[in-house]
Amino acid sequence: MGKVKSLSDLKKMREELQSKITLREKRGHPEEMVQVKVAMATCSIASGAKETMDYIVNELDNRAIDAVVTHTGCMGFCYAEPTIEVILPGEEPVIFGYVDTKKAQEIIEKYIQGGELVDGIIPVTYETIDDHNKE
Amino acid sequence: MTKFKNQVLVCAGTGCRASQSENIVQNLIRSIDENGLEDEVQVVRTGCFGFCEKGPIVKMMPDNTFYVHVSPDDASELVSEHLVKGRKVDRLLYTDPETHKKITDSKHMGFYKKQIRIALRNCGFVNPEDIDEYIAHDGYQALGKILSEMTPEEVIDILKKSGLRGRGGGGFPTGLKWELTRKVEADQKYVVCNADEGDPGAFMDRSILEGDPHTVLEAMAINGYCTGASKGLIYIRAEYPLAIERLKIAIDQAREYGLLGENIFGTDFSFDIELRYGAGAFVCGEETALIHSMEGLRGEPTVKPPFPSKSGYKGKPTNVNNVETYANVPVIILKGADWFASIGTEKSKGTKVFALAGKVNNVGLIEVPMGTTLREVIFDIGGGIKGGKKFKAVQTGGPSGGCLTEKHLDIPIDYDNLIASGSMMGSGGMIVMDEDDCMVSVAKFYLDFTVEESCGKCAPCRIGNKRLYEILDTITQGKGTEEDLFKLRNLGNVIKDTSLCGLGQTSPNPVLSTMENFYDEYLAHVKDHKCPSGQCKALMQYIINADACVGCTLCARVCPVDAISGEKKMPHEIDQDVCIKCGACMEKCKFGAIFIQ
Repeated sequence: MGKVKSLSDLKKMREELQSKITLREKRGHPEEMVQVKVAMATCSIASGAKETMDYIVNELDNRAIDAVVTHTGCMGFCYAEPTIEVILPGEEPVIFGYVDTKKAQEIIEKYIQGGELVDGIIPVTYETIDDHNKE
Repeated sequence: MTKFKNQVLVCAGTGCRASQSENIVQNLIRSIDENGLEDEVQVVRTGCFGFCEKGPIVKMMPDNTFYVHVSPDDASELVSEHLVKGRKVDRLLYTDPETHKKITDSKHMGFYKKQIRIALRNCGFVNPEDIDEYIAHDGYQALGKILSEMTPEEVIDILKKSGLRGRGGGGFPTGLKWELTRKVEADQKYVVCNADEGDPGAFMDRSILEGDPHTVLEAMAINGYCTGASKGLIYIRAEYPLAIERLKIAIDQAREYGLLGENIFGTDFSFDIELRYGAGAFVCGEETALIHSMEGLRGEPTVKPPFPSKSGYKGKPTNVNNVETYANVPVIILKGADWFASIGTEKSKGTKVFALAGKVNNVGLIEVPMGTTLREVIFDIGGGIKGGKKFKAVQTGGPSGGCLTEKHLDIPIDYDNLIASGSMMGSGGMIVMDEDDCMVSVAKFYLDFTVEESCGKCAPCRIGNKRLYEILDTITQGKGTEEDLFKLRNLGNVIKDTSLCGLGQTSPNPVLSTMENFYDEYLAHVKDHKCPSGQCKALMQYIINADACVGCTLCARVCPVDAISGEKKMPHEIDQDVCIKCGACMEKCKFGAIFIQ
């Protein structure tokens, strides 16, 4: 990407980036890949998020599942670290808590591959700015 | 893709589990089997919904029906009505407290969510190391908008109208602060971000920097445009290595995109940001001490005025804001002052991020609209007290704040209400305490912190706090007198009145507020020489219950100081003068004959 020269440049860039598959905005298109976001703030890492992320990356690779694994900041559920968010194509994002490697395996096997929910889902307990505006 | 036609989500958070949600799960599974639906319906246990007051909660997917106050006996009806016949069970639906109508699906009950994420809007959503994701989420749009379409005065006006106040603790109106720096004429001005978060148990700013560093950079550039500064500095403690790493990556990416540097957005506005590291001294969160530390001097505060807006970093006008304050700015510009001002209370607008910690079930980083009550925060979002114990107090405002009690639980949280209740907003640490916590020890803990962190420049803080600590220590040793309580209060007030900076002016607060709210507990320590919560070691006594003791001699054998004596097969006794209260005897006793008094 080159330099941003003006506001319209930035707006154009935003449109382009939004349509990039790695982003949440385009969920709902079944042809897309599985997305996994791992919360990776200092506290998440202290609870083992790095091991979880490494495991997920390897395991998805081993099972030849086409997926994008990224890291992100604190999701706020400190009591349940490590936390991950999984977005299956065409589905609402689901957050799982206490994801050690064992739980990660279960999530990959049952949820990502089988489409079956597993215990330990964390319901989203907050509104986003967009939710709030809709009221 | 989904294998099951329906999913039943049952809350297995601590609160709901205490009200038998596990039995609900079992009954649901049984009922589903009886109806032959096991291949179509899946029962899933979830974490806390943050609505514990209405628990146990059961949510039906995919139609989002939200059932409240469900009991194990309701399981079969939920299955036969909702899942088999497709009819909602009316009596278990949530009733809107205002319209008294039943709410059928959770899409229309956003209000049950007590939190709104504004400052944390991107935390946990975007990849903090990828500027593209930030841009896709409206990142740098606010900066682009003001540089292309607005004058600095217009931007400051929006901030003033929005009612945004400093989130570092003081609550000074942000728009006004920017205006003060703007009005001063100078060849060079500075924009500073205060990321010296030091309250015990607080991690709001770290989470924002680690989860969404670009929002802080964008807001600082906006500040630069408004105040006329071309240089930004982020003062961050070296104890935050991950936040530092992500900030560095963010700054590099922003420079590469031309969003920091010369002629941003093709205008004549230039702005760049550098990092300055702190060594983790609490007093450097005070803005004058912070500035001196950045200048390479000792991190000591100086008298205000002159305020940093007149004479700050290197003697130039400097605007200092906290991380969370900055994180609100870009959204306010994009969504407008009215939008922001519609959230919160009359004098405190928007939301506040709190690091909820201590004896609460759902420890976490939360963001609630101003005006939310402590009860909602602790019992709904926080899921109540750990282990079903009784709530005792909540400490807000860190070492500068105070302890609030049961009677304060229904006060709407905002800057003014917290001060009126004897505490303060502070930067957002919130530590919950239960019946096992000794309030004298809590006050001593915070004093210990302040004594350690006092810079030593002014006598009231340097000597006074040390003396306060010593008196508290005497009390917890069981050697205090009623006169000590009088001294504590008197000395505390003198320190508040005569200290140079915010640290000293607020450091006696934990003592004064616990004395105010828990005077009986202080009295018990000095008069009866007892610690009602059983926390003060010196005031505890291990006692052998003669009726339960069988005289096995095990305790006498494990006692490291030979304080226990007694004949074989006869009740033993502990010599209190010799006992060092290590607890080894109680741990070893197989008959539960030893107890603490």
